[in-house]
Amino acid sequence: MTVNYYLWLIPAAPLLGALVNGLLSYSYSKRERGPNEALVSFVGCVSPLFSFVVAAAVFLHLRGLDPSQQRLQQWLGHWIMAGTLQVDFSLWIDQLSMVMVLVVTGVGTIIHFYSIGYMRGDRGYARYFSYLNLFMFSMLTLVMGQNLPLLFVGWEGVGLCSYLLIGFWYRDIEKAAAGKKAFIVNRIGDFAFLLGMFLLFATTSRIGNPTLDVPMMRSMVEQHPDLFRPMATAACLLLFAGACGKSAQIPLYVWLPDAMAGPTPVSALIHAATMVTAGVYMVARMSFLYQLSPTAMAVVALVGAATAIFAASIGVCQRDIKKVLAYSTVSQLGYMFMGVGVGAYAAGIFHLTTHAFFKACLFLGAGSVIHGLGGEQDLLKMGGLRRSMKITALTFLVAGLAISGVPGLSGFFSKDEILWGAFNASVGPSWFPPLLWAIGFVTAGVTAFYVFRAVLLAFFGGQRLSPEAKAHAHESPAVMTVPLILLAAGSIVAGFLNVPAALGGSGAFHHFLEPVFSGASAHGAHAAGNGLGAADHGLERVFMVLSVLAGLAGILIAYLLYIRRPDTPARIAAKARGLYNLVFHKYYVDEAYERAVVRPGFALSDRVFFRIVDVGIIEGVVNGVGTTARLVGAAVRLVQTGVVRTYALFILIGFLYVLYRLLW
Amino acid sequence: MGEITIHHYLYLSAILFFIGVYGVLFRRNLIVMFMSIELMLNAVNLSFITFARYSSSMDGHVIAFFVMALAAGEAGVGLAILVMVFRNRTTVQADDLTLMRD
Repeated sequence: MTVNYYLWLIPAAPLLGALVNGLLSYSYSKRERGPNEALVSFVGCVSPLFSFVVAAAVFLHLRGLDPSQQRLQQWLGHWIMAGTLQVDFSLWIDQLSMVMVLVVTGVGTIIHFYSIGYMRGDRGYARYFSYLNLFMFSMLTLVMGQNLPLLFVGWEGVGLCSYLLIGFWYRDIEKAAAGKKAFIVNRIGDFAFLLGMFLLFATTSRIGNPTLDVPMMRSMVEQHPDLFRPMATAACLLLFAGACGKSAQIPLYVWLPDAMAGPTPVSALIHAATMVTAGVYMVARMSFLYQLSPTAMAVVALVGAATAIFAASIGVCQRDIKKVLAYSTVSQLGYMFMGVGVGAYAAGIFHLTTHAFFKACLFLGAGSVIHGLGGEQDLLKMGGLRRSMKITALTFLVAGLAISGVPGLSGFFSKDEILWGAFNASVGPSWFPPLLWAIGFVTAGVTAFYVFRAVLLAFFGGQRLSPEAKAHAHESPAVMTVPLILLAAGSIVAGFLNVPAALGGSGAFHHFLEPVFSGASAHGAHAAGNGLGAADHGLERVFMVLSVLAGLAGILIAYLLYIRRPDTPARIAAKARGLYNLVFHKYYVDEAYERAVVRPGFALSDRVFFRIVDVGIIEGVVNGVGTTARLVGAAVRLVQTGVVRTYALFILIGFLYVLYRLLW
Repeated sequence: MGEITIHHYLYLSAILFFIGVYGVLFRRNLIVMFMSIELMLNAVNLSFITFARYSSSMDGHVIAFFVMALAAGEAGVGLAILVMVFRNRTTVQADDLTLMRD
């Protein structure tokens, strides 16, 4: 078959869109009239849609193949050839990349269409779509790159695009700073990722087959696990540090909440389809290596669990609707890492998929609210919006129910799978898996609580709108509500991709991904929700009921606090003022980083690198050269009198000297 | 009085040459300096012809002709420059022409 010849179309289409819109943006910036929005939206939306159609065709082809053969590769050319290092532009699609490509292009396309409505009338309309398409291109390169350097190109590309889009309204200095923060924090992680890559290359070189090609490394690891075991922990931890930056885990999560500065559809894109899922994808992609290091896996799971509960607790007190959702993303990413950390890779990827739907829906819903209220983001100044924004309210509610794990919706299936996987994990000491489960369980309840706090404060109860917002309040146009409906529908049905065996399902999603992680399940760390092996269906059902109860309890508490007795939250906050302030100020982590990292960094740059190295050494050398030339010139200048007779005298002296040397 | 030998010619040549050197170094008028240079050239010519005569070779004569042709060219260009200098600066005193220093 020749399907693999067309793989390049998937990343190429958004790249072309980015180039065309970039040029359009450049030409629009020169003229008075605003951009031609119809043309820009056409280019901007058709390119990811085209990618999605190609990806869907590839998927249909892939489904028809034997599971062991489900891999398409396309070689596009040599890239780097230096010594023993050879890196090619080669794309591949296996089951894992397929899932990612479908999520990225599918959800991404919907967000592109939504942006048509949200960004209408903005001066930077073409620039916006250009960045958005570039974002898609980078993410697709990331998931389709067959070797680590190509993956890293996409990895850096999404970092760059997030910087460009978060600081999209760069005239506002705070927003520009948020973009910068995202980029710098990401770079810290990327540095570790690079080191991890170097270490892997050094190892494969020592074994005698230098490569950074992922499938080749996988077969090497599977054939000679003992050669890789000594460095597996270090390499995995370095790669995971990169994932922490990209996927906003402790301690590098701080950029994501600030990323709210960008236009809301961008937040949806960053949080749902692209960027933050890259870390989870990478860990799943390198699962063959992580299997060699129980320590690294335990670290991944622990960081994931800690981030999940930590971010969820911050989400409880935020007043900005987008901040609530941002911390919820950090928390849900923690869930995914917990999943991949305990070896339930498929469960982690499954949660990634379902999360893409409901989180995109929540963000776009929030965007619709903000759009409808003319820029209001404070939850305490909303309320009762279900009357004026019916579709937004309904879709937001559905997505909220999904993330809370209400049975039948997608979040329920994926979340329970991760919890069940965590409980059955074989990493760490014996108390470790139940601890993970307990953290996940509590997080589930807290998540339901703060999501419904947002739902209830925004759409139910009495109106607390400011007069101008009240006059402005209206439902968004169809180009925004239709994407919401599509995503809400996705949040409902995505879960049925993988109904666990304990509920009489077949775990289709798991079976599809199985070949990618076959090494993983062989090590027995993987007994997650698909019910393969020794899974105990009865116990699994009990756990499901428990976590559903936690979610429902969260919803109920939110209802009691914010609808039945709307004055209680303020009273509780007043009573526990210290605790409330601590959480409201996000545990002062930003302030701590400011003191521990940013200020010493500034001081070091200023006192040492600026004043000593730059001014002292570099400028000193440059100025020293100049001064020397000037002094020599001043000395030599004395000889140049301008009087012809002096020169004649010098000539005579020279002549006599030559004569003297010749004759004597 | 003895016979006139090669030494007499060469001493005369050297005396003429250093009179020229003296003129170039210590006179201020450009025209005089110019004439001094001509004097030096002719002193050298005298040496060439002396050596040619005493070694029975034509080379010295040929060079003397070259030098005369060169001196003629030099005189033409040099005097033209002098005229222009005088028109622009109304002086031909070498010590007044110190534009290169400033």
